[in-house]
Amino acid sequence: MASPIKIALVGNPNTGKSTLFNLLTGLNQKIGNFPGITVDKKVGFCKLNPTLQAEVIDLPGTYSLYPKSRDESIVFQVLADTHNSSHPDIIVVIADATNLRRNLLLYSQVADLQIPVLLVLNMMDMAKKEGINVNIDKLSERLGVQVVGISARSKTGLDQLKQAIANTTTLATQVKGADMNMLAAEAIHEVKELVHTDNDYLALQLLHQHEHLESYTHQYEQFEHIERSHHFESSKLQAAETIARYRYLSTVLSGVIEDTGAAKKFVFSDKIDSVLTNRFWGFFIFLGILLFVFNAIFSWAAYPMELIEESFVWLTAFGHAHLPAGMLTDLMLDGVVAGLGGIVIFIPQIAILFAFISILEDTGYMARVTFMMDKIMRKFGLSGRSVVPMIGSLACAVPSIMSARTIENWKDRIITIMISPLVSCSARLPVYTLLISLIIPNQKVFGFISMQALALMGMYLISILAAMTVAFVMNFLIKAKEKSYFIMELPVYRMPRWKNVIFTMYDKAKTFVFEAGKVIIAISIVLWVMASYGPSDRFQKIEQKYTQLEIKKDSTQVSTIERDKAAEKLENSYAGILGHTIEPVIRPLGYDWKIGIALITSFAAREAFVGTMATIYSVDNGAENTGTIRQKMSVATNAHTGLPLFTFATGFSLMLFYAFAMQCMSTVAVVYRETKTWKWPAIQLAYMTGLAYVASLIAYQLLK
Amino acid sequence: MKLSQLNPGERGTIVAFTDLEMSVKLMEMGCLPGEMVEVERFAPLGDPIAIRVAGYQLCLRKNEASVIIIS
Repeated sequence: MASPIKIALVGNPNTGKSTLFNLLTGLNQKIGNFPGITVDKKVGFCKLNPTLQAEVIDLPGTYSLYPKSRDESIVFQVLADTHNSSHPDIIVVIADATNLRRNLLLYSQVADLQIPVLLVLNMMDMAKKEGINVNIDKLSERLGVQVVGISARSKTGLDQLKQAIANTTTLATQVKGADMNMLAAEAIHEVKELVHTDNDYLALQLLHQHEHLESYTHQYEQFEHIERSHHFESSKLQAAETIARYRYLSTVLSGVIEDTGAAKKFVFSDKIDSVLTNRFWGFFIFLGILLFVFNAIFSWAAYPMELIEESFVWLTAFGHAHLPAGMLTDLMLDGVVAGLGGIVIFIPQIAILFAFISILEDTGYMARVTFMMDKIMRKFGLSGRSVVPMIGSLACAVPSIMSARTIENWKDRIITIMISPLVSCSARLPVYTLLISLIIPNQKVFGFISMQALALMGMYLISILAAMTVAFVMNFLIKAKEKSYFIMELPVYRMPRWKNVIFTMYDKAKTFVFEAGKVIIAISIVLWVMASYGPSDRFQKIEQKYTQLEIKKDSTQVSTIERDKAAEKLENSYAGILGHTIEPVIRPLGYDWKIGIALITSFAAREAFVGTMATIYSVDNGAENTGTIRQKMSVATNAHTGLPLFTFATGFSLMLFYAFAMQCMSTVAVVYRETKTWKWPAIQLAYMTGLAYVASLIAYQLLK
Repeated sequence: MKLSQLNPGERGTIVAFTDLEMSVKLMEMGCLPGEMVEVERFAPLGDPIAIRVAGYQLCLRKNEASVIIIS
C-alpha cells in the first residue's frame, strides 16, 4: 500500500470539525505536539477505500488565516510552510451550511495558497430545516473544487466525502478568487522574487506574518526592508482584504443559496437563553448545575468506588495468602498493588466530571457561562474566557493552562495561567473525599443533600475564591501589553453528542491512568522501599530488641509485638527519618511525620497522597494489612497525645494545604512551556506554597 | 449612532468602524458594513451584550460595541 496521503481539516469554530474528525478516524487517533510549540496536534488515520489510507490532522478552529491567538497561528504555519512536517497534500475546509458566507472567507484564503482543496458543507440537514437551499453543483463549478454536503451529526454523506478525498487531484484546481495583487502590488512583487514563488497571496501573507514561519526567519531583514520601503500597513491591508473577499463571495454565492427563513434556528435557542441567561435566574441556575455535578461525583461514583476499593483489599489479602512470603511479594502487593489501587479508584469520579464538562461544552451552555461571567471576571483582571480554563481546572490544570491559549490578551492569559492551578483539580478530589469521609459525618441535610457533598462543594468554592483573590492582586502587579477584547460566537443550543461524551470519559480516564499512573506507581515503589528499609544499624537494633521480647513473652502476644515492631521499623526507615526531619515545620499545621512523608511524595503529584497513605499504613500495620485505607486512617492516633490523629482541625488544615499548594510537576512544566520563562512557574510555586502554609497554619491554630 | 447605545430588541445597519484593528476581527466574524444587526439581550450584569448578525449570534463587550457605527 502506498504511503498515506496527508489531509488537514480546517474550519471556523463550531462547524462540527472535531465531530467530523472523530467520524473519519474513529478511535484510531493520537494527540501529539507540533514541534517547538505546545499546540495539541490531533492526528488520526482513515481508510478512504481498500487501497488508500489517509493521515488526518485536525487543526484548531479559526475565522481567518490571520491569527488572533497562539492556537490559531498554527493553522497558517502548517498550511503556508511546505517544510512543516504536518504540511498537508490536501486541505479539507469544513463550512457550516447554515452560515456559508462567513465560513467561505476562510475557504477563500486557504484556497489562494494553491494547495489542492476540497470544500465540505456540514449541517446540511439543519440548513434544510431552516429553509436554506444550497446549490452544491453550482458552487462547485464557481469555485473550481469538489464540494460535498454532509451532516456529521447524523453521519450522512461520509462515504461520498471519502470518495471525493480519494478523487482529489494532486494539482490545485481552484479558481482564483479576489485579486490580492492590487492590495500591495510592489511589495508583493518583491517578495515573490525573494522567495521564488508565483503565488501573490502567499507573498502577501508572508509580508503579514513571515515572523511566525521558521523557514523564513533567515530572511527576516529582507522582509522588514520590503515592508518599510513600501509603507506596508498590516491592519489596514487586512481590512481591505477582508472586504475584497466578502465582495467576491457575494458574487459567488448569488444564485447558490436560497434562504427562506434563516432566522428559524434561533427561535428555540432564544427561548432557552431567556431562561438560562436570565437577569435573575441565570446565576442561580449555574450554581444549581454546579451543585448537581458535585453531588453526582459523590453519590454516583460511590458504588463503583466501593467495589474497586474492596477488590483491591481482596486482591492484596489473596496475594498474601497464596504467594510465597518474601520481599518481592511485599513489594508487589504493598508497593505496586496498593499504588495501583490508589489510581484506579479515581476513574469513576474523573469519568463523571469529564462527562459533565463535555455535556456543558457540547450543548453550548459553557459559552453562555462565559458570557454571563465576563463582567465579574473582568473585575478580577480576568476575562469571560478565563472561565473555561478555570472550569477545566476542576478536572486538571495542565490541559486548562494549555487551553488558555485561546485568550488573545497577554495579561488576561498570564493571570489565568497563574491562578488555574489554585482551582481544585481532580487530583485533589481523592484527597478531599478521603479526608471528608474521615472528618464529616455521613448525614443528609433537608433529607437529600449529603453533608459530605456540601463539604466537598465548600472546598471547591474556597479554592475558586482564593483563585479570584489572587487574580485581583495580580491585576495590580502585572502591566498590560495590549487591549483586552471579548468578541465571541454564541453557538445555538444543541443536544449533546452522547458518543462524544462517552469518548471524552474514556479518553480522560485513560490519560489519567497512564500519565498520572506512571508517576504514582513509580512513587509507590520508591516509597515502599524507603518505608521498608532504613540505616542498617538501626534496623539491626530493632530486630535484636524484638527477638529478645519474643523469647520472653508467650505466643498470644506475638501479634501486638509484630505490630509494634513494624511501627518502629517504619519510624526508623528512610521515609520515617525524612518525615521526622520536616516534622518541626509541619507540626504547627497539625501534621505528624507520616503525613510529612505524604507531603513530600505529593510534591511531584498530589494524587500520590492517598497511595502514600495506603502504602505507609499497609507497612505500618505489618502482617494484618487488610481493611481499607479509610479504616486504617480513622484508627490512627497522634503519637504525642494518643488522641485520634485525623481530627476536624487536622483534616481541614490538610485539605487547605492540598487546595493551595503547588504540588504538581506537570503543571510547573506546562507553565514553563506556555510562558517560555522560568519566572512565572517560580512565582507560582512560591506564592502557592506560601499561601498553603499560612492558610493551614491559621486554620489549625483556630480550630484545634 | 453606536451599537452600544441600542437596547435589546432594537436593530440597525452597520455603517463603519472607529477602530481599525478591531474592525478586522469583527469583519472576519461577519460584521460587515451594510449588514443588519439586532441587539438580542444583555448579560445578567448588563455587559457584555449578545447581538444577532449575518445569521448567527455574537457576544461582545459594550466598549467593543461602541466602535461599531450604525444607522
